[in-house]
Amino acid sequence: MDYVLNFDVIWRNFDRLLAGLGLGLALAVISLAVGTVIGLACAFVVTDGRRPARAMVASYVTLVRNTPILVIVLIAYFALPEFGVRMGKLQSFAASLALYAGAYLTEVFRAGLAGVPRGVVDAGLAIGLSRFKVALLIRFPIMLRNALPALGSTFISLFKDTSIAAAIAVPELTFQARRINVDSFRVVEAWMAASALYVVTCFAIAAGLRRLERRFARF
Amino acid sequence: MENLIASLWAARFQIAQGLVTTAEVSAAPIALGTILGLAVGIGLSYGPRPLRWLMHFYVDVVRGTPVLVLVLASFYVLAFLGLHLGAKASGILALTVFCGAHLGEVTRGALAAIPAGQVEAARSLGLGFGRILALVLVPQAVRFALPVWVNTAVEIVKASTLLSVIGVGELLLKTQEVIGRTFLTLEFYLLAGLLYFAINYSIQALGQRAERRLAIPGL
Repeated sequence: MDYVLNFDVIWRNFDRLLAGLGLGLALAVISLAVGTVIGLACAFVVTDGRRPARAMVASYVTLVRNTPILVIVLIAYFALPEFGVRMGKLQSFAASLALYAGAYLTEVFRAGLAGVPRGVVDAGLAIGLSRFKVALLIRFPIMLRNALPALGSTFISLFKDTSIAAAIAVPELTFQARRINVDSFRVVEAWMAASALYVVTCFAIAAGLRRLERRFARF
Repeated sequence: MENLIASLWAARFQIAQGLVTTAEVSAAPIALGTILGLAVGIGLSYGPRPLRWLMHFYVDVVRGTPVLVLVLASFYVLAFLGLHLGAKASGILALTVFCGAHLGEVTRGALAAIPAGQVEAARSLGLGFGRILALVLVPQAVRFALPVWVNTAVEIVKASTLLSVIGVGELLLKTQEVIGRTFLTLEFYLLAGLLYFAINYSIQALGQRAERRLAIPGL
């Protein structure tokens, strides 16, 4: 095997790869934001809600967690327009990923809420706070601290899942790497560059999250 | 409606074929990845330092890379380097590498959860490392790791949809072929989603049964 690695084409296309990486990160952030809202609402419903509402949330979570994300993405992009729900590639992918994130984050926040000590809730009620204020001022902040590590790993896996947007031709990192591969036949270099960029980004996110956790761990 | 039933009936063999391939390209990586993960986990916990570094590198790189990138890289790079495995085998390879890295980390965690005193006790009874592993560590690690192992199996079944991108005729690709012929986009994507849900839900149910069967009272 006398193949010589040559990264010229990677450097020439580096701005595209970086743009793809940025797009992936942006998609992950948007889905995390929307997914957090969904997850928070669902987690409070599962914990405090009535039985029919709890059952509905539970079936959403089970259904989404057991369905491949690619199937959800394809349904949102190819099937929904038949029913008049027309979205661009980016919107449709972000919506799918947010729906997916919501299901995972429901579990994350539910576990966080379950970890709030009974005593502080009782203390809040005892000093005359309403149930809503107890939820907002006591349970929510403690839950957030409990959930932070799992929230971080969900964000990393969402970022990795943005690669699936390549399947509907969203020009993110995987799509760009594939384009370099097909255009230049610098196959090895293209995939080495793509996975190096993913790995470095994931490590950077993980390191940032560890710092954030340490900050929040201090009272 | 009649159209739908006729199309479903006409597509039955294609869908069944897809299901069989999905079973193949999920079961093989789960089985091979479990063996690989066990070896990696033991290596990470007890191997000599250079081996540990190597395995850390493997686990960290693979866990920081999206599965789709692994699948595409394995498909394009191996063929380019003259190793013509075909789409199915390179897909299975990619999923095995992914599964092995995740389960390696899981195995390491499970082994770390076993109190060191047990190994010391076994050693002072005169057991060799092989027997300590087989009689003391692995039986407990398997029980600790089982819930995560089941989740990983579900993840692999979901990730097997990504092989449709490189042209492996699994359930999602077969579904897309049927949609290309019938234009019943939503119907057949929903069918595929439902089938995946059924597969994964059964895996989880089986996993819960296995957990109950394997549980040791008091442990």
